[in-house]
Amino acid sequence: MTTPILEMKSITKTFPGVKALDNVSFRVAQGEIHCLVGENGAGKSTLMKVLSGVWPYGSYDGDILFGGEVQKFKGIADSERVGIAIIYQELALFPQLTVYENIFLGHEIRKGALVDWNETIKQADKMLKKVKLSVNPAAKIKDLGVGKQQLVEIAKALSKDVKLLILDEPTAALNEDDSENLLTLLRELKEQGVTCIMISHKLKEVIEIADTVTVLRDGQTVVTLDAQKGEVSEPVLIKHMVGREIDSVFPKREHKRSEEVVLEVKNWNAHSQQLGRDVVKDANFNLKKGEIVGFAGLMGSGRTELALSLFGNSIGYQVKGDLFLNGQKQQFKQPEDAIRAGLAYVTEDRKAKGLILIQDVKQNITLANLHEIARRGVVDNEAEIGVANEYRTSLNIKTPSIEQKVKNLSGGNQQKVSLGKWLFVKPNVLILDEPTRGIDVGAKFEIYTLMNGLVEQGMSIIMISSELPEVLGMSDRVYVVASGRITGELPIEEATQEKIMQLATS
Amino acid sequence: MTFFQDLQKVLRQNVREYGMYIALFVIMAIFTVLTDGLFLSPRNISNLINQMGYIAVLAVGMTLVIVIRHIDLSVGFLAGFLGAVAAILMVQYGVPAVAVVPLVLVLGVCAGLITAFLIVYFGIPAFVATLAGWMIYRGLLLQATMGTGTIIIPNADFNAIGNGFIPDIPFLDFIPGHALTLLLGIVAIVFFVLGQINDRKRKKTYGFEVLPGAIFALKLVFISAIVGLVAWTMAGYNGISWTAVIVLLVVGVYHFITTRTVLGRHVYAVGGNPEAADLSGVSVSKITYVVFASMGFLTALSGILFASRLQSATTTAGTLFELDAIAAAFVGGVSAAGGVGTIIGSLIGALVMASLSNGMNLMGVDISIQYIAKGFVLALAVIFDAANRRRGA
Repeated sequence: MTTPILEMKSITKTFPGVKALDNVSFRVAQGEIHCLVGENGAGKSTLMKVLSGVWPYGSYDGDILFGGEVQKFKGIADSERVGIAIIYQELALFPQLTVYENIFLGHEIRKGALVDWNETIKQADKMLKKVKLSVNPAAKIKDLGVGKQQLVEIAKALSKDVKLLILDEPTAALNEDDSENLLTLLRELKEQGVTCIMISHKLKEVIEIADTVTVLRDGQTVVTLDAQKGEVSEPVLIKHMVGREIDSVFPKREHKRSEEVVLEVKNWNAHSQQLGRDVVKDANFNLKKGEIVGFAGLMGSGRTELALSLFGNSIGYQVKGDLFLNGQKQQFKQPEDAIRAGLAYVTEDRKAKGLILIQDVKQNITLANLHEIARRGVVDNEAEIGVANEYRTSLNIKTPSIEQKVKNLSGGNQQKVSLGKWLFVKPNVLILDEPTRGIDVGAKFEIYTLMNGLVEQGMSIIMISSELPEVLGMSDRVYVVASGRITGELPIEEATQEKIMQLATS
Repeated sequence: MTFFQDLQKVLRQNVREYGMYIALFVIMAIFTVLTDGLFLSPRNISNLINQMGYIAVLAVGMTLVIVIRHIDLSVGFLAGFLGAVAAILMVQYGVPAVAVVPLVLVLGVCAGLITAFLIVYFGIPAFVATLAGWMIYRGLLLQATMGTGTIIIPNADFNAIGNGFIPDIPFLDFIPGHALTLLLGIVAIVFFVLGQINDRKRKKTYGFEVLPGAIFALKLVFISAIVGLVAWTMAGYNGISWTAVIVLLVVGVYHFITTRTVLGRHVYAVGGNPEAADLSGVSVSKITYVVFASMGFLTALSGILFASRLQSATTTAGTLFELDAIAAAFVGGVSAAGGVGTIIGSLIGALVMASLSNGMNLMGVDISIQYIAKGFVLALAVIFDAANRRRGA
């Protein structure tokens, strides 16, 4: 191996209650393209944040050697100074500013106390040529596509004399042409001596471009593979990525086969106005009575967008396609319509989109179905207390009182309140988006048991989950989603972590 | 636990709610002492209520607007303009007051709906949309009063709204003072006490936390005494004014809507977390329309109260009403972050601000000092809120 430009030695980083990185060692050779792969939560982003100084020196254990010297970054500015640049998935450009302003933002070219705009434009043009982007430097960022914006980010990094370029899922939001362009550019930058670390979920790309691949799992380095020695292949990568320790126990349930289709979705497309791209493409799937269908995939694959677009949250989405509920074609203009038709959606982000944190348990539980406990628009307090107490007991919500504000509850209990709210709607189809994210093992088990009880009573559940063990442990059938498309359907008997990961990274 | 430990605990837990009453009480006590009792004289209390009426109804509407995370700057001049419209209808077209009042209220609702349309349909921030309204209504007010200047309203029925008092019951002459006022005061106290006792009992059966007995009794006595005192004072003068009746009615209805109805719960849900509310099937745009329509309605009412009080429509009517209403709401504990604020709180806020003006006026304090003092009170109230929130209360 050639001399390493970067060496991270025994990095350990803990957050309250979680060890995000556990004694990770990571070497990047001078002038190579080094890919970092792993499941969601494996620790890739945390590792890069340690490297770039987002988590400053002292907040982690271990050493960072860059260019042979121990570095103690206190912030991003320090890591930039030695030539490390990181480009995040969510681009950090200013849409209202021009290309040249963006490229030199924070390190403006000055003439005395003033900005030398002419020189800035000249230099910007030079950087743009380097990344093979032919746009007017005076164009505004908001008028460029995502692919071009990505190139501007790289131009910005180059203008800072970057030695090590880190890209966090650079192609996640790009179409195939743009992705191909980007990979070509990375190869050219390599020729020019820029070392590159790329985090990616698209294994085909990784195989195409990587000189070396490091696999992380559960905050530990699993293996580092050398492409030149022919060690890198899709099955090998998948084998190392999956197999996370199963930290939950799944209550047993018989997989029933009902042929009664409750929900059928055909040729479903959703276009996000905010992102300016299609987030769901030609989705076809169905859900049968009393069934739990798992929607597996990586974060950002479009599963939440699929659920929201089905649920009538069309504010941000333009949807096309047909939705049949119990055989009847339905069109939901707003969530209210979907709820009335018997759908319920428990969001993945309970704090931002699920609960009203400043209100109490009781008010949160009844919110989606207040009319049920109201007469002529006046809420029946007694009935409301009855309902709240019922769900508090049946879901085992641990709270001193149903008049406790939800913000004071633990994550698991908040999730139960969120569930209670949707169960009170008495839906036929329950969509659970990451139902056990960020909650403890005990609460997880309770939620799994609850789900089994619900399908037993004839409810049908769509479970969106990024946790493979959870998908395998709970589902009767699995759909895999990648880049907005359903890339496969697996009966539970045939589903394995490897197969799902393969479909999820295609 | 002793009585005082209980009291301390309760005060600490509900520091915001009770703090407001205590502040009002302290302010009133200070002014009473400083003015040798003039502040609490029947005549002055009656005046105070009539002076704050048109701001209080605005503050009630503004509370809901701020709860759903918006603001309305247009209400001042809209109130002024609608007052002028009422005057013109009566003076120049001879429309009777009974027809003018509902008509103007409907116009107010329409104005509110237009504001909501700009916000919901075009996505214009409420600040900008209502700033435009502020200018437009100011212009319209000037237009309406351009030819005539101040329009004197000679209609006695209309002027009674802002200056008149409820009639007395003739055959109760043996009771000293205004009998109906006393009677209403007693009825109010009885209803309040019974309601509170009932509520406490019910809460207890559900195992909710209730005030300790002694504190509860103290609260009942305290509030009953204030209501009784006010009723007795008013009865010693001309009785309850129509303005007071209207304000109490508005506050009562809005208090009921916000605390007991589905609509009220939806309003606070939208304010607390619009995205969660939307996903729970609460239409954010519908709530926005309803809240601004109600704001428009109350603005019209405010305009009527003010024109009636002055018995005229002036070219500057409504100037700065919007800011007084917003200040009252914030003093009353409404949070700019949305989802928090009560109708009663805003009423108290309006009372605090009005008492400050009234008291300082009685003392002959210069208007410049009055503004500075009110500014400090507003800042203090909000600082108090912020500190309270940080403590996680």
